[in-house]
Amino acid sequence: MKIWQKLSRIVPLFALLTLVLSGCGRDNLTALVPKGEGAEINYSMMMISLYIMIGVLVVVFAIYTYVVIKYRKRPGQENVIPKQTEGNHLLELVWTVIPIILLIILAIPTVITTFELAEDYSKDENAVKINVKAYLYWWDFEYPEYGVRTAQDLYMPTGERVSIALTSEDVIHSFWVPTLQGKMDNNPGEENVMWISANEPGVYRGKCAELCGVSHALMDFKVIALDRPEFDKWIEAMQAPPKEMTTPLAIEGQQLFESKGCIGCHAVGEQKFEMAGPNLKNFGEREVVAGILYYENEQEQRDQIANWLINTMELKPGNKMGKQVLTQDEVDALVEYLINLKVLED
Amino acid sequence: MAHSHTKKKSVVWDWLTTVDHKKIAILYLVAGGFFFLVGGLEAILMRIQLMGPTQEFVDGATFNQLLTMHGTTMIFLAAMPLIFAFMNAVVPLQIGARDVAFPFINSLGFWLFFFGGLLLNLSWFFGGAPDAGWTAYAPLSSSDLYSGSGVDYYILGLQIAGIGTLAGGINFLVTIINMRAPGMTYMRMPLFTWTVFVASALILFAFPALTVGLALLMFDRLFDTNFFNVAAGGNITIWEHLFWIFGHPEVYILILPAFGILSEVIPVFARKRLFGYTSMVFAVALIGFLGFMVWVHHMFTVGLGPIANAIFSIATMAIAIPTGIKIFNWLFTLWGGQIRFDTANLWALGFLPTFVLGGVTGVMLSVPSADYQYHDSYFVVAHFHYVIVGGVVFGLFAGLFYWWPKMFGTLLHEGLGKWQFWLFFIGFHLTFFPQHWLGLMGMPRRVFTYLPDQGLDEGNLISTIGALFMGVATIILLVNIFITARSKVRAGNDPWDARTLEWAISSPPPEYNFAQTPLVRGYDPLWVEKMDGRTELTPAEPLGDIHMPNGSIIPFIMSVGLFIAGFGFIGSNLPAILIGMGTTLVAMFFRSVIDDHGYHIHKEDLEKDLKEGK
Repeated sequence: MKIWQKLSRIVPLFALLTLVLSGCGRDNLTALVPKGEGAEINYSMMMISLYIMIGVLVVVFAIYTYVVIKYRKRPGQENVIPKQTEGNHLLELVWTVIPIILLIILAIPTVITTFELAEDYSKDENAVKINVKAYLYWWDFEYPEYGVRTAQDLYMPTGERVSIALTSEDVIHSFWVPTLQGKMDNNPGEENVMWISANEPGVYRGKCAELCGVSHALMDFKVIALDRPEFDKWIEAMQAPPKEMTTPLAIEGQQLFESKGCIGCHAVGEQKFEMAGPNLKNFGEREVVAGILYYENEQEQRDQIANWLINTMELKPGNKMGKQVLTQDEVDALVEYLINLKVLED
Repeated sequence: MAHSHTKKKSVVWDWLTTVDHKKIAILYLVAGGFFFLVGGLEAILMRIQLMGPTQEFVDGATFNQLLTMHGTTMIFLAAMPLIFAFMNAVVPLQIGARDVAFPFINSLGFWLFFFGGLLLNLSWFFGGAPDAGWTAYAPLSSSDLYSGSGVDYYILGLQIAGIGTLAGGINFLVTIINMRAPGMTYMRMPLFTWTVFVASALILFAFPALTVGLALLMFDRLFDTNFFNVAAGGNITIWEHLFWIFGHPEVYILILPAFGILSEVIPVFARKRLFGYTSMVFAVALIGFLGFMVWVHHMFTVGLGPIANAIFSIATMAIAIPTGIKIFNWLFTLWGGQIRFDTANLWALGFLPTFVLGGVTGVMLSVPSADYQYHDSYFVVAHFHYVIVGGVVFGLFAGLFYWWPKMFGTLLHEGLGKWQFWLFFIGFHLTFFPQHWLGLMGMPRRVFTYLPDQGLDEGNLISTIGALFMGVATIILLVNIFITARSKVRAGNDPWDARTLEWAISSPPPEYNFAQTPLVRGYDPLWVEKMDGRTELTPAEPLGDIHMPNGSIIPFIMSVGLFIAGFGFIGSNLPAILIGMGTTLVAMFFRSVIDDHGYHIHKEDLEKDLKEGK
């Protein structure tokens, strides 16, 4: 595997060219600037196949251009009948054998890397294991060894292969974090195992890649890669019981959260069973509200949470939360409560 | 029953009852062309929605209907019937036959396709079109918890249209095996006929998988069975297998005849014999065979494991070999020729580099460890449009300009044709080339919107502009057809200096095709005669009475019956089901008991036709 990766780095010229020509996309979303071992393998295979195929293209396009220019019909040729060639065994042999050789060259690393990517770390004691369950239109992340559950933001340590077990609650979804690793399907009724790794800390964008319904396009999530000590700290913080709310408004919000029935679908803190909605224990620390509502500062975060509470069904049509009837005061209280659902800050 | 063929019929009745392969070809061309416009409109609406980030031109629900109907329409209701149009128009002529083996079934095939397509599209007006993608993966498609009633129309519409396609495929198999003129051995058959032969065999083996899948889906949706209900022990992966066991050969059902068209057009416009005919034939057969061995490459991310993925990966790569052989053979047919750049050949010459680009990304996609990134992203969208538009549609346009004079007796306007070609060709590459990058930059397919600031804006804008180019090009084609239909300039028998049998008879051909069945004296039979200084074919029989089949309204009635029954199943309306099925059964009964001997065209009439130069 390493050889192929190196090979792909020796000849980065073309890759560079394509990037210059078209931009390489957002650096935490694009598969063209891999930031994880899996994506590097994907990328190296893309490049190997691309180089071989560019070789083919050059030959074909060269012959094509030559014949189209050279053998145009010219005036005065009406009475000349071109030689009616039936074929040429040598030539035909050449363009049968050369592709076979090229494909064998491609097939060997293909098979090696396909098995490499299919390594199963689900029984490996050293690997962090995460159960990823997809719902219409959000993601549940469970850390069975630690008794931790969260949603939408997947936390993982850098520099190690994390074992991911994929399932679905309803229809087929597909788990895709282009910068870290190619995708794999979340099938209802079956479990798929893959691994994922990140070379450096960062926030990586993830998407659902299989048509799953009206809001398929809005089923985004994030992967937050932390260095191992930070990750351990996060796990510890998630394991601790939820913090008490301190301000009166937040306490009012907490009471509304219970009396309005939010708690029927959303656990805050420990969660033993699957519930209809995402776990909100660290909701205030989510990178993005509901996967799609970005913010820059706390005020925008508050606005986006309020926006979500009021316009749920418009923002993500077909989701299971349903239209919430809330007064402005109730929204304010709930926002205050939700934004304070944090585990890391003091 | 042998009444004369001069008996006057109304125009509408004539078209409803015709069993003449040339008229059925025109029916397929008109209906397929209509659905091509509908599917194209759906594509343009989607591209307008995706022109910029977070636009609200259409909502997510409508977008899912558009993407489902675009795919379904283009594959089943546009590309397939347009292929069938040329199969019907050309194959019997190319093999020197007077009609297909089963003219009645030919007509039935068309009307089943037509009413299946109609049923599918009526979903727009009855509660919304199907919205689970043209692949209709279960359980998204199998439960009304997740998808709308439109999926019922998808199931019933495709089931009815599928019976028609299956019948058509069998018909052409039998025709090509049994009805070749004397001397037309297999290894003298024109390559278009060969590709139709292999594609028909693929239809025979591939469509039943779809039929079974659709039946299971129908049972789950309408009768609450649990084939795809995981909670009750069902299995969702079965649909994916059944669909792609059909779906992958389907790609070859479309592209092989396009290869065939290219193999007719290029030799004629290069004025050279097709290079490497034998290897072309074997390549077609091999592609058809391997086409059944590779369906799992659509399912690399399903989680079937590295062994399955690796095996299907290598099988997929293997297809590149016969495909490469074809490309080089075409290039070397051009080599040393006298290439003319008529519009038909422009499409063929546009096909070559475009299809090669699609083939190249196809090989890239066959690598599972890279495909995990490409799969279900815009990279795949780019790839299959390079193959289906750059391959199939370019091929169909080449065929349209090439065979139009044979089908209608007039020449399409060359100037407009070239405008259409260049606009479409440039628009096509503008639309789909950037999509390779969009996919790699993290854009999943089938999304109705995307957020700003993801690096996806420019690519999508360029893509939409390209789509509008293709839209304008298509309008130019319509104008061209309109002008051509009005101008009525006669084309003559052989406007392109062509090589195969169909160009030896008048344009359009008389209903009996060949007054005398020709004797085929070699590959490219008309060219052989031309090289011997003759302008006509050598006849294989003396002039005599020709036996012709009667037209029949029964295929139309049978199809209407199934159409009504389809509606009945969708609405769970028992009377409608009974009336519909009853209509079809009664029509089948009459077909069985009426003894239809057809009629004869008499020798004297033929002599009169010949004298008039028909």
